[in-house]
Amino acid sequence: MTSFDAIVIGGGHNGLTAATLLAKSGRKVLLLEAVDAVGGALRGYEFHPGFRAGGLVHMLNRLNPEVAKLIGFGGALAGAAMLPTVALSAIGAPAVLRGAYGERIDGVTAAEAACFSELREKLLFQAGILKRFLKRRPPRIGGITAGDMATFASAGMGLIRNGREEARDFLRMLLMNVADVADEYLTDDRLKGLVAFDATLGIHLGPRSPTSLLGLYYRLTGEAGGAAGAQFMPGGGMGVLAAAFEKTAVSAGVTIRTGTTVTRILADRGMTTGVVLADGEEISAPIVVSAIHPQTTFLNLVDAAELGTGFLRAVKNIRSKGNVARLDLALDRPPEFKGLSSADHRGRLVIGRSIDHVENAFNPAKYGEFSEDPVMEITIPSLADPSLAPNGAATLSALVQFAPYQIREGWKAGKPRFQRNVLDVLERHAPGIGKSILGVSLMTPQDIETRYHMPGGHWHHGELQADQLFISRPVNDAAGYSTPLTGLYLASAGSHPGGGISGLPGLLAARHILSGDRR
Amino acid sequence: MKRYDVVMIGGGHNGLVAACYLQRAGLDVVVLEKNDWVGGAATSRELTPGFTYSNCSYVCSLFRPEIMRDLELPKHGLQVIAYEGGAVFTRDGDYLASYRDHDSHRREFARWSKRDAEAYDRYARDVTKQCRFIQPLLMRTAPDPFSFRLRDISELIHLAKKFGGFTPWEMAETLRFWTMSISDFLDEYFETDVVKAYLALSGIIGTALGPMSPGTAYVLLHHYMGEVDGSVGAWGYARGGMGAISKALAASFQSWGGTIRTGVDVEKVLTKNGEATGVVLSGGEEIPGKLVVSNADVKRTFLKLVDEQDLPETFVRRVKHFKMRGSSGKLNIALDSLPEFPALPAGSSSIRGDMHFTDSIERMERAYDDWKAGRWSADPFVDMMIPTQLDPTMAPPGKHFMSCFVQYCPPKVEGRDWTDADRDAFAETVVSQIAGYSPGFREKIVHMEVRTPREIEAEVGLTEGNIFQGELTFDQLLFNRPVPGYAQYRSPVKGLYLCGSSTHPGGGVMGAPGRNAAAEILRDLRLGTQHMSPAHDVV
Repeated sequence: MTSFDAIVIGGGHNGLTAATLLAKSGRKVLLLEAVDAVGGALRGYEFHPGFRAGGLVHMLNRLNPEVAKLIGFGGALAGAAMLPTVALSAIGAPAVLRGAYGERIDGVTAAEAACFSELREKLLFQAGILKRFLKRRPPRIGGITAGDMATFASAGMGLIRNGREEARDFLRMLLMNVADVADEYLTDDRLKGLVAFDATLGIHLGPRSPTSLLGLYYRLTGEAGGAAGAQFMPGGGMGVLAAAFEKTAVSAGVTIRTGTTVTRILADRGMTTGVVLADGEEISAPIVVSAIHPQTTFLNLVDAAELGTGFLRAVKNIRSKGNVARLDLALDRPPEFKGLSSADHRGRLVIGRSIDHVENAFNPAKYGEFSEDPVMEITIPSLADPSLAPNGAATLSALVQFAPYQIREGWKAGKPRFQRNVLDVLERHAPGIGKSILGVSLMTPQDIETRYHMPGGHWHHGELQADQLFISRPVNDAAGYSTPLTGLYLASAGSHPGGGISGLPGLLAARHILSGDRR
Repeated sequence: MKRYDVVMIGGGHNGLVAACYLQRAGLDVVVLEKNDWVGGAATSRELTPGFTYSNCSYVCSLFRPEIMRDLELPKHGLQVIAYEGGAVFTRDGDYLASYRDHDSHRREFARWSKRDAEAYDRYARDVTKQCRFIQPLLMRTAPDPFSFRLRDISELIHLAKKFGGFTPWEMAETLRFWTMSISDFLDEYFETDVVKAYLALSGIIGTALGPMSPGTAYVLLHHYMGEVDGSVGAWGYARGGMGAISKALAASFQSWGGTIRTGVDVEKVLTKNGEATGVVLSGGEEIPGKLVVSNADVKRTFLKLVDEQDLPETFVRRVKHFKMRGSSGKLNIALDSLPEFPALPAGSSSIRGDMHFTDSIERMERAYDDWKAGRWSADPFVDMMIPTQLDPTMAPPGKHFMSCFVQYCPPKVEGRDWTDADRDAFAETVVSQIAGYSPGFREKIVHMEVRTPREIEAEVGLTEGNIFQGELTFDQLLFNRPVPGYAQYRSPVKGLYLCGSSTHPGGGVMGAPGRNAAAEILRDLRLGTQHMSPAHDVV
């Protein structure tokens, strides 16, 4: 029987990050990935003969600087050009946010730009307060450390630094809905629609839902090249990332086995001792790091007797039904969006005309239905990475929000109509695109679940909502990467601070393991 | 011109409560009410001969028992009758009955789902645990986290200690409870639609939110915090209608020497050098006062009654953005005889309680979607009661008064004002829903008063018809209510206070805002508050 110092289950970027850091500290690390390649959501796929997608992720906007440095992207981020965000309009000119989330805006009045600037400054300030907590393990009540106290103190000081009014406004806005905040500051529907969309992307809330502002705060805690709210594409497109994470892990000494499924996490008297693979092989290790969905971990891989009914009930209650569909188009030529400059086609294009448009797209999703007029985020990946399509051709990628995991009629029956809705919307904004389509791939959350082994097809491995964050993520007794099973740790998006390509769950989990703190 | 110690603008129940406490402390208080009757939204009106309507608020359970005792309301005629009963009717002709007794309730759940019956014990225990933390907060002034005053710091420490008494698990559960939606919270316990709908009912009344909105779960506490005569969890009818509460408050107030003037409309608050000096009525009459307290909502007070120049610009901006969109309507119906509900077994007690026809959370949420779109709900949620079965004073023998509280009604219909045609169409939606479960219902209707946010604002002065004088979302609760930094009943104008539901803790007919405001005023005057009972603990 082979043995290692640590086994990491799951070769997504968080698992690779955790494995790398453990290996760098001198441990013998084995990483096990069920499919035939590592990378998780960064894994590319061919969706039409000759046409590839570089993974589920459109852009980098929250890769943690330490993790970026780890994979050799520190310098690349600093030098790269920030990509714009475009609020598309079907009837007029788009609004274009340039710099880090709209340092400058084109296509709106000067007065409106000033209003947005005021809102942006306030949100960045507030996100900055929250960011202190994102980069640390959540505090264990009953085990508050000096570091936790220092974080609270520094957050408090940061709040007060701008005066009492600002501090009060923070407590007022923290759990507000994004629609009311947008209405307080802005008048342009395109900008309001954009922030409404950005706050709720990947989350099962509408812009008018209380606490929906948290999603926008989450986006603004991300940074690229030191600029909060910035987004960019690495040279060569998103496809280079999976390879970078893998190379880093291998150089650090991690042993990677792909095409290998773990079926059980072994335990003996409250301590983990290793894993069992699908073919029956046992591998022992005193430390097992699960970088896959917490529900898979606890409900499928660990013996219920090791965890307790209360804990398991809480795990079962984790809401993790994805609501984003992924569209890939193979086009015979690059699309042309109305009113958009050629350079700006390289940006992130958002279709969300107004707050009402986003809210009305959300409503049906509550009942297992989808809107006839969906909202979405679009990129044209082949512009940054021509290898994704044959010469002269192009790929288009869209994340279509509010596509429920389950629909009443079943996706088999509903998919064609949903696809038509999405293509109709695209045609309105990029006339002629319909005629240039060579191939369509549409993944519902169920398809994403199957391809990426993400229960629910939810890229955060669990709703990113107030009651499932921080000391409650994924559940209170496992919110600090330790679990009730000694030696078993969590390191996926389902842990603090959440998903997206950040590497933070993996980084913080590894740090916690290396600290030797057993709680 | 007599100079009063306190001039109270508005004789709603909170204003009367505050006035009582202040008068009892030895101050000379005058209450100025624009209507010919006091009570605001806690009134009984004879709108058709022989029938008394509780035409706005309609149940008495959350009214603080401590206040009832302090102000000797029973001595002044208030009698609250606890009721048993209630049901949710399902579309297929069945029903889920409500029982006050926990075990009876459990058995009724078991009729629908054994699993839900088992879960009910766990649910009740978990929610009651949350009550213990929340209950005392209602009768305490919300601390200002950024005042750095000793009083606020010690209050924050007091709350932290209370919270610190929880285990880490309980703490996390409390935070989750406060941020979850009713729907998600109930999903963690129950599987049956009608069971969840039944439990979710109280959660959406008066709110501009749906059961799937985060932050609605905590309203489930109300079901366990209500009290009638010491029976926690009981709901009751005030004998004679909700006006009996206001009448008793007025009598209590006057018995200590307080003055009430009705039929007078306050036009403006008078100030000198930024300090309140009294008010002026619409006729021109000036009424001087050392202090002025407003029972009107925050918008009415600061955007109509006070000169904008006397207020900081940021304060005015916050008040303008304060959300108080009406979301409810009401039908008050005089009936020739008791309606029949064939779904209920003969002799069922359910008819004496609150009845509903919305049998799933989805229907409630869809009703809310209509409100968001600026329409009244096509399939409304109705909270229906016939208190005359227990209170014979409100209608002639054999005849009945029915109160139907309805969600949702928008403050404006697709952006324009309500018309009479809208009102009637809305009423028809409700009547036809009831008629679907009660054959012959329409024929029993003798008289009907229909209230949309338009009527609620016009008659009771509740801006936009919001019955809580302001929505109950995180940004408008506790130290944020009504404006951060001004959440302790004081206003930017020295000597001007706020005491209505626009202040902490907000809500329905509770009396807590008025009581808390009085406590703050007495504190400012360095007068004692020994005559004010603190909240008793939930065990």
